[in-house]
Formats: sequence, structure tokens, C-alpha cells
Amino acid sequence: MTDIPMIDIRDLNVTFTGGRKPVHAVNGVTLSVQRGEVLALLGESGSGKSVTLRSLLNMHPKNRTKLSGSVVAAGQDILKLSGRGLADYRGKMASMIFQEPLLALDPVYTVGAQITEAIRRHEPVSSAEAHARALALLQKVKIPSPERRLQAFPHEMSGGMRQRAMIALALACNPQILLADEPTTALDATVQIQILLLLRELQRELGLSVILVTHDIGVAVEVADRVAVMYAGRIVETGSVRDIIRNPRHPYTQGLLASRAHDAMSGARLDAIPGAPPDLAALPPGCSFAPRCKHAAAACLVAPPEVVEIGPGHAARCVRLTEAVAA
Amino acid sequence: MLIYTLKRLLYVLPVAFGVSVVCFLLVHITPGDPLTAVMPIDASAEQQAAMRAAYGFDKPLPVQYVIWLGKVMIGDLGTSIASGRSVLTEVSRAVSNTLILSAVATAIGFFFGCLFGFVAGYYRGSAVDRIASALSVLGVSVPHYWLGMVLVIVFSVQLNWLPATGAGPGGSADWTWNWEHIRHLILPAITMSVIPMGVIARTIRALVAEILSQEFVQALAAKGMTDRGIFRHVVKNTAPTALAVMGLQLGYLLGGSILIETVFSWPGTGFLLNAAIFQRDLPLLQGTILVLAMFFVLLNLLVDVLQTALDPRIQRA
Repeated sequence: MTDIPMIDIRDLNVTFTGGRKPVHAVNGVTLSVQRGEVLALLGESGSGKSVTLRSLLNMHPKNRTKLSGSVVAAGQDILKLSGRGLADYRGKMASMIFQEPLLALDPVYTVGAQITEAIRRHEPVSSAEAHARALALLQKVKIPSPERRLQAFPHEMSGGMRQRAMIALALACNPQILLADEPTTALDATVQIQILLLLRELQRELGLSVILVTHDIGVAVEVADRVAVMYAGRIVETGSVRDIIRNPRHPYTQGLLASRAHDAMSGARLDAIPGAPPDLAALPPGCSFAPRCKHAAAACLVAPPEVVEIGPGHAARCVRLTEAVAA
Repeated sequence: MLIYTLKRLLYVLPVAFGVSVVCFLLVHITPGDPLTAVMPIDASAEQQAAMRAAYGFDKPLPVQYVIWLGKVMIGDLGTSIASGRSVLTEVSRAVSNTLILSAVATAIGFFFGCLFGFVAGYYRGSAVDRIASALSVLGVSVPHYWLGMVLVIVFSVQLNWLPATGAGPGGSADWTWNWEHIRHLILPAITMSVIPMGVIARTIRALVAEILSQEFVQALAAKGMTDRGIFRHVVKNTAPTALAVMGLQLGYLLGGSILIETVFSWPGTGFLLNAAIFQRDLPLLQGTILVLAMFFVLLNLLVDVLQTALDPRIQRA
């Protein structure tokens, strides 16, 4: 492991300007991922986790998005890339797994054609060689009878099989960074765990740096080394999986953990977080979780709380922690 | 694929049968006696009866149908009442003329329709899109016989560049591929191409916009495909629908060009139908409708088979 992180995002702001009011989807996100590390971005819908992830491939439409801050991956400033340079980086250095493989694969091309196409896009190999590599990839993601599956169209495969094919496609050009956008949300519970185990296994084998976006704390625990909890476009707490589970310090993280059905007694009411996330077009000036927080005080409404270091690698943004440190 | 094609061919038979029944009945349920148009007004009852017997109109309808169908099977569509010539020769010459006109028109329409459609779909909401969309709406809604007349006034009467009527020099109705004939084709083909152009452009614009909003386009970009590479995927995704629309348009043009063929005096099926209707030329009318309907059926078959070959999601069962 080197000291230079594989992924280094500093003060990233993403604002969508296409609508009537600008939508502040990501507000000052700073995070880094080491080589061979898995980071889970945890949060509910609209918390900006997918937007953050897509910034790593510079996928946001230029004319409708305002970006600031810096995104450095594998030594390149991604937000400065464009055109050919960007296309060369995508899929080669960093690639992405989508939530719904049926929508993310082209319906009129065979799975094999889509994998070989990616290989030949980035590497000058013959079509026979690309075909052989595609076959090896399908074997690697443990698709049964891979030779036949290369000729299959996406709609001819099951959901789990499709997601395996999607993973094979993402790994086609031996990327160093793998971005997974809710890779198991669209799958059956039994298939979910298989895909997660496969992802973890491949990540270890290939030494990949992974950012995994999920709303499911169970998924994060299963694969991640570290977790970053996002709320309203900000990271409210980061820490190792152990820190987050055993010692959550931000009220939102605590609420997320409490709302799991996991440890709840049957028949007991599930603790849900009251209220709804704020409108990203009109964020409150203070802590964006304050309106839903049972500990909210006057100080919460003034300015967004600073990041407070709780322990090594464990930090959160909450006024109560700032006070605790000051006292 | 081969089995699918054969199966699909088999399905054509009942459709063809239905078409022949409708063709036959259509003419017989229309009011008016076909013979009154050709017989002198003062013809005696015996003369009328003799004529009726000669054309077989005295037998019951089902018998007439069977006799007619039997003859059709061996390629005998009867003789035209008005001209006394074989219907088959009249129809086949008209069909070949119409086929040339509508194929060229569809080709032009398809080319420009695709061009406008792709440009509009790709640059949705831009000025280019608005111009292309306006052109295609215009194409669908402008009365084409009026457009034909305007073109004739501008290019034939004012500028004197192109001939106004006919399919060849000196009213020749036999087509050959030379400049003298092609000169006659240009104006009617352009007039006719406006409809498929509009329809295809609108279809493709909607399709392209829909495809571009799908996640797989994002996924293609995410694996590093260039704009050109993504465009290839978009084209392949639009192809099945675009071809189906083109096939149907060609079918419509084959039979539905009466107005244009009349404006330009193009000796095609529309022209022939027009004449047959006004002269109450029953065998000619039946024959022309039957041939046109069969073309439509075959074209549909072709489109179906092509679409299945292009779109893997359609079951090859």
C-alpha cells in the first residue's frame, strides 16, 4: 500500500442547473480510497451518493451541471478530462457496475459482443483474442456454460447471471477502480449475497479499489472496509465498518442503525427516522439533518457543523460532537 | 430462423385467402351494375343477358368466386371491360411503374427521414431539432397533390427544367433506366417522398430520444465508448422499428398514390385504379386491388422476417 490514495475527492460540489431552481446534489464531499480498499457510500435516495460516484467517471452532462472541487483517481484529475482522454480513462482505469443490468446492457447486442467491444476499444487485440478473454471473464465471474452465454442476449439471462455478466464487462480491461452503484438492489435476496461474495472475492484477488453505493447497511457491512454515511449531499460520518456499527456518533447514522429490522424484537415497533430528507434545491443554512433530529438545538440551525475527528479514521459532522471536543 | 421464416410464410395463406374474398366481395357489394357502363343504353334484355352470361355475372356469387379464384391461381385476371386487354398485362405494367416510383420515393424519404430524425433526436430541444421537426410535420400534413402542383408550376412551368407529366418521353408507359425517363421520375418521386420522410423522421426522433435516455447509453459511455461507437449502438437499436415503418410506408405508397399519379399522369396502379373506378371496369378493379393487397401482405411478411432477424427480443418461435 502506498500513501497516495487511489481515489482522492476534495471538496466536491455538484449542482444541477437544468431545472428551474439549481439542485445542490453534492455539497463539499471529501473522501479518499486506498489501493485495495472498499468504501461503502451509505445513504437514502437523493443523498447524493450516486452523483458522487458518477463524478468519478465525469458522467454528468456538461451543459446542465456545475462542478467544483477536485476528483483525482489513479493520479489523474478526472474533472479536467474530456473527449478522447476521458473515454480512454473510462472503462480502462475505472469502470462501473450499474444497479439494473437489464437496462445497462444493450438489448440488441449479445453479452459477448458487448464485452469484446470494451476490450477492443481499449486494447489493440484481435477479435479472436478478445473473444478468448471474454470467455475467461465469464468463467471468472462463475457463469455456468460460459461459451453459450457469450452468444446470449441480455434478456435471455436471469437477473443474477446478468449482474455477473455486468461485472465481467466492468473487469474486461483490468481496471484499478471499480464503482458499484447499488449492484444488488435489483436482485433477489439469495442472489444478492452471491453477488456480494463474488465482488468481495474478485476485489481481493485483483486488488481493486472499490466504491460501493448502497442504501442497505447490511450490504455495506458484508463487503466494505470503511463506510461513509451521506445525507443531503454531505458525508455526515465516516469510519471503519466496526466504528459505524458499534459506535455511531451522528444522530442520522444512529437512526439508520435503529431502523434496521435486524435486531428488533418481533412485534416491537421499528424505529423509523421521522420526516423526509430536505429539498436539495432549498437546503437549510445549518445542519441539513436538524429538522429530523431529536437532539436538534439552536446551534444546529446556524451553520453546517464542522467535521470532528472522533478516533483514527472515524469522523462525523455534528454540533454535539464539536461541543464535546470544546468542553 | 429458417423455420420461423417458413412458418411465417404458411401464415400468409389464410391472410391471402381472406384478402381474395374481400377483393371479390368489395366489388360486388358496391351498388351499380358493371355492365350498364359498357352496354349501349338501348341494348335489349337478351343482349344484356348474353353479355352477363359471357362475363359469368349470372351465376350465384360463391360460384363466381370459385371460378374467379381458379382463374387467378393460373394467372388469369380476366379481360378489362373497357379496353378489352388482359388485366394481367395492364396491372403488371402499372405495378412496375408504381413500384419504381414508390421505391424511389421511399428511398428518398427514408434517407432524409433518418437524417432529420437522428439529428433531431440527438440535438433534442435545439434549433436544429425545431427545424427538422417542423419539416417533418410539414411533410406529414401538407396535401401532397397540392405540393405536386406547386412543384410542377415552379420546376416545369416557370423554370422549365423538368417535364410535368408522364413516365417517359412522348407519354411512354414502358420504363427504362435512362436520363430521359429519370427526368420524368424526379418531381413525382420528390412529391411522394414527403410523406414517408415525415413519418420516418418523427418515428426516429422519438426512438432516438428514448434510446438516448436509457441507461445502457450511459453504461456504454462508462466503458469508454466514443460518441461514434455509441451512435452505432443507437442505430442498431432503431433499425427494427425504422425498417418496419419503412416497409409499411412502401405498402401505403404502392396503393395510396392515386392523387399523385393523377396529378403527374404517372401510368401506375393509382392511375389505373382511378380509371377502373370511373369506367366501372370490374375485372380490372378486382385485379388491381388483389395485386396491390398481395403486395402489402408480402411486404408485411418481409418486414416481419427482417425485424426478427434484427431484433433478438422478438421470439423466433
